Amino acid sequence: MLSDRLKAKFDSVIARYPLKRSAIVPLLLFAQDEIGYVSDEAVEEIARRVGVNPIEVIEDIGYYSMLHRQPVGKFHLQVCTNISCMLRGGEKIFEHCAKELGIEHKQTTPDGLFSLEEVECLGACCGAPAMQVNYDFYENVTPEKLDALLADLRKKDQGSRIKD
Amino acid sequence: MAEPIKLSIDGKPVTVPPGTLLIEAAKQVGIEVPSFCYYPGLSLQGACRMCLVAIEKMPKLQTACTTVVTNGMVVHTDTPEVANTRKSMLEFLLTNHPLDCPVCDKGGECELQDAVFRYGAAETRFLEGKLHEEEKKFSNLVYYDRPRCILCFRCIRVCDEGMDVNAYGIGFRAAHSEIIPNRGEQLECEECGMCIDICPVGALTSGTYRYKTRPWEVTYTGTICNHCGDGCRTTLSVRNNVVIRANNRDHSGLNGEFLCVKGRFGWDFVNSERRLKSPLLRKNGKQEEASWEEALTFTVERLKTILAEHGPGAVAVIGSNRTTNEEDYLLQRFARTVLGTNDIDHHRTADFSSLVRALTEAGATDRYATIEDISAAKSLLLIGNDPTHQHPLIAYQIRQAVRQHGARLYIVNSREIKLRRQSSQYLQVKPQGEAEAVRALAGQAPAAQDLCAGGTGALTALADALKKESDTVILFGDEIQGQTVNDLVTCGLTLPGKTRFVALGDYANSRGAADMGLLPDTLPGYQPLSNEKARERMESAWAAKIPAAPGRNIRSIFEGIRAGEIKALLVFGANPVKTFGLDNAALTGLQLLFVAELFRTETAELANVVVPAASFAEKSGTVTNTCGEVQALKRTMRQAGTRSDLEILLALARLFGQRWTYQSPEDVLREIIALVPGYDIPLPSLLVGRAVPTHPEGRPPALERPDLVFSSRDSLFTSGTLSRYSWALNSVDEAKKPYGHAF
Ligand code: SF4
Ligand code: SF4
Ligand code: SF4
Ligand code: FES
Ligand code: FES
Repeated sequence: MLSDRLKAKFDSVIARYPLKRSAIVPLLLFAQDEIGYVSDEAVEEIARRVGVNPIEVIEDIGYYSMLHRQPVGKFHLQVCTNISCMLRGGEKIFEHCAKELGIEHKQTTPDGLFSLEEVECLGACCGAPAMQVNYDFYENVTPEKLDALLADLRKKDQGSRIKD
Repeated sequence: MAEPIKLSIDGKPVTVPPGTLLIEAAKQVGIEVPSFCYYPGLSLQGACRMCLVAIEKMPKLQTACTTVVTNGMVVHTDTPEVANTRKSMLEFLLTNHPLDCPVCDKGGECELQDAVFRYGAAETRFLEGKLHEEEKKFSNLVYYDRPRCILCFRCIRVCDEGMDVNAYGIGFRAAHSEIIPNRGEQLECEECGMCIDICPVGALTSGTYRYKTRPWEVTYTGTICNHCGDGCRTTLSVRNNVVIRANNRDHSGLNGEFLCVKGRFGWDFVNSERRLKSPLLRKNGKQEEASWEEALTFTVERLKTILAEHGPGAVAVIGSNRTTNEEDYLLQRFARTVLGTNDIDHHRTADFSSLVRALTEAGATDRYATIEDISAAKSLLLIGNDPTHQHPLIAYQIRQAVRQHGARLYIVNSREIKLRRQSSQYLQVKPQGEAEAVRALAGQAPAAQDLCAGGTGALTALADALKKESDTVILFGDEIQGQTVNDLVTCGLTLPGKTRFVALGDYANSRGAADMGLLPDTLPGYQPLSNEKARERMESAWAAKIPAAPGRNIRSIFEGIRAGEIKALLVFGANPVKTFGLDNAALTGLQLLFVAELFRTETAELANVVVPAASFAEKSGTVTNTCGEVQALKRTMRQAGTRSDLEILLALARLFGQRWTYQSPEDVLREIIALVPGYDIPLPSLLVGRAVPTHPEGRPPALERPDLVFSSRDSLFTSGTLSRYSWALNSVDEAKKPYGHAF
């Protein structure tokens, strides 16, 4: 079941678009933020609300790499290996990440804490190599900075788990 | 008519109507512009860039498939630049294409292969490894091979626009883009296979055809689908006496490229293991194999005894909805003149007789609509029936009319049929309310307040809308029969323009069965038996007497058997036990039950004599679709042990000492053309594969009782008894609850 909060959000977002179907991508993002990924139920609900066939919503999810059909880790690491980042060592960052976490592209650690994805340009070329963790950007990443970041994220998780 | 447009293509002057696409204009002067995503009749895509041409005064090459011609346009399709571009486009298309032509189903009829052959792209500058993906099974009938896909989106568009199923999408992005089905890894759809047919390459392949043959190893025969009453032309591909594919290869005829799941995949009953291959004769209570001679002699001897002891009133005949016109014609001749009985009928699935009578009485026998009239109509009124399931081609043509030229579709139905999505007005009436709605529209009887949900206002709105239309095509199902047909015709003819009519009947030759007089009170061509002149005309042609009194209809035949009055029943290509829900005791009083059939049906199981009949693929002749268009079946193959119903009838007549001189189905057809009113059709048109409309004229007697006309309500995946013997039709999940899908 989608929460009432999410449904209310859907209503207000759709109202902002003259053409309902233009709201598909924002709706997907809101759904993903709440559920952690885009569930079948969310697909059906969005399709129904904007008046398209569910397969058209699925097409959009496939097109945008930041939308997920399966749950991802609590921290979703997106490492850019596109041209600017590649020239500045992005691929090494990605490999380092993979080695440290023991997972590959589009995989999640068994504890569900981290997932890794190799992504195209994040629009942060001036700070290449760049990466994104959930919605936060990290620029001029080096293997050392990355290790620190991972440690930091693990700690954050501890904190949140104790609080839970 | 607006002024035509004049332009020049490769120096040739071309004149075409305004709005013509450049690619079509080029075709008219024999210039082929290669294309993949362009497909006539579908929306424009402009995806493949294969059709680029040079147009003077335009800066870059333009896509011929999306450019509309303008006056004075000067186009070049043969410059080095264009040639180079074609080559480069092909090089791109081949970057991930596996080039597995030697094992690809499409090899030999692949548009990509042909284009590479013509425009060349022998070398590639891409050194990266090709992206590979395993093939996917979307359903038992549809497979997808991603590496071969060139992303032309024809499949998506034909499914959305042609079928209104919307089963496909495009998943992912760039080089990873692929066609995705609507239910995760699976398709849930009408399984029509239109997407397979339209795929220019071997990306979508058919579950029944894949990896079975090379296309040049089979023989192709154009014939007519044997399932529903719409009469699609189809080409059967036969190899080693086995049918392995059906598609309308040349896109000719009334269906163009269309075939539904039954036409495209449901022919496999022809090669079913369960086909009867030998006559069966009941001996000591058990059906045992017998020779043809034994079976037929036994039948005739038994018939002679019964006739001698009880007279012709003790013999009845039930005909088929699928056998050819020639066979039906001979069957009623045999019943009336050899057996001397008019107790002959068939399962009537639409009230064709009432339509013919109503149009004749109104002097409007030019108002039978053809399939083409449906697709060209500006206004359509559909009463009852669910064409999506019962008449897939007609449903397709209705959608075409709405989509291609904005036809208005008006629907009166008690069910939420899928075509309501195309309708301008959809009047949902209470169950069985269709006839009442017609009577109210015709001003014969006021409608009850609860007839439709919105009160009777909706009915008035419908009537008003129809009065503003012209040349409306009215289609009606079995819900409308008897006097109501008359009301509908009378009222329809008062609408503006040339209103035309179609009665929607179930099987491949339901219409022919009625036309040919498989009826107890009607001679071929809807001439009432009581009409002395009509009777005498047939009598003199056949040099034999026809009993003047009308015979028993099919319900009375069953009653006659129960009452012990009928001792012998001959059944040709029908399964009345199932169709009419007869109980075990219903036929036990018979001294002879003779059944000519393809399979051991419920009726055949009870018979003393069963003879194995040839299927539609194994015989020639003609069938008449539900619109009254006659088309020719062509024999494609032989099935050892079987005989066509025509051969069976000729043999029976011979054993009765008759000297019938027919040598072939064509001889019978010539007689039909000469003798049957409305069937004076040009033979050559038939032989070249045309659908020839008929205009029957006659005043057959009124419908005796309401339970004589009823549709089987077959779904997309059923076809009376036949579909049980089709692996393909039973292989798809949708068949399990055919009416329950949301697409
Ligand atoms: S087979 Fe299914 S997916 Fe293909 S065109 Fe027909 S309905 Fe659409
Ligand atoms: S599967 Fe065939 S029809 Fe569909 S996009 Fe690919 S090549 Fe075109
Ligand atoms: S629409 Fe009817 S005639 Fe055409 S392919 Fe389907 S079953 Fe056969
Ligand atoms: S290339 Fe990495 S952020 Fe642009
Ligand atoms: S045919 Fe013109 S772009 Fe594909």
